[in-house]
Amino acid sequence: MLRIVSLGGALVVAWLLLSGHYTPLILAFGLFSVIAVVAIAVRMDVVDHESVPIHMTGRFLSYWIWLAREIVKANIDVAKRVWSPALPISPTLLWLKTSQPGELGQVIYANSITLTPGTVSVSLQEDRILVHAIAREVGDDLAAGEMDQRVTRLEASGIPAPAQGGQGA
Amino acid sequence: MGVVLDGLSWALLLAGSFFVITGGVGLLRFPDVYSRMHAAGMTDTLGAALFIAGLAVQGGFTLITVKLLMILLFIFFTSPTATYALANAVWSSGVRPKRRDGTACEAIDRSDEPSKS
Repeated sequence: MLRIVSLGGALVVAWLLLSGHYTPLILAFGLFSVIAVVAIAVRMDVVDHESVPIHMTGRFLSYWIWLAREIVKANIDVAKRVWSPALPISPTLLWLKTSQPGELGQVIYANSITLTPGTVSVSLQEDRILVHAIAREVGDDLAAGEMDQRVTRLEASGIPAPAQGGQGA
Repeated sequence: MGVVLDGLSWALLLAGSFFVITGGVGLLRFPDVYSRMHAAGMTDTLGAALFIAGLAVQGGFTLITVKLLMILLFIFFTSPTATYALANAVWSSGVRPKRRDGTACEAIDRSDEPSKS
């Protein structure tokens, strides 16, 4: 129930911010759309811990701030490699362990890896992830596991991972 | 629009342009499809973020800025997904990354290492 209300609230806010026309007719359209979308989502049974992860809301902000710093650092690192005449790259493929309990956590981890220039997630199998790194030391940094641990803490905070969101296999 | 805000906006847009151009140069200089993805990654992370920040300064505290930030949020959710789809398709069709000397790069299994920190 809390998830349904949160979804509705988020949609109302999205409508109000995107619309910018606050006349009764348009607001009524907005309300009708929000109710219709929530009703369809409930009927499709997709309002769950994955589509509305409210248990992570508080932790997302601190994770994003950390991730933003990592992205900036990685961008500068790759930019240096691009402009350096010697092209100092040593492409590496690595299988790494993912320690997240659920699929959503794995997706956040894989997307975070890809968002950071210099590392791209290539394949995800059960609790292992294949990563391509632009240089050996970039791969070593990732293998040290700080990002993995942070995503696990992000996902594990709040409620325990529900059974249906378990490992992919 | 004060001179200071205009200057800040210009600085952000120019910094964004630098990373987009760097992404383009990297796309040309890097040797294979995998490493080129890293170059492309600069365009849609810091490049896009700096561009949108620069435009948000022009927009001020308005709904336009809110929409710009939403665009940034959607880019940050969709672009890694698209990159993963591309990387996975390349991997699944049997293309293997190359080292600088042109030899194929084998995957090193480090999944049995416990993660530190």
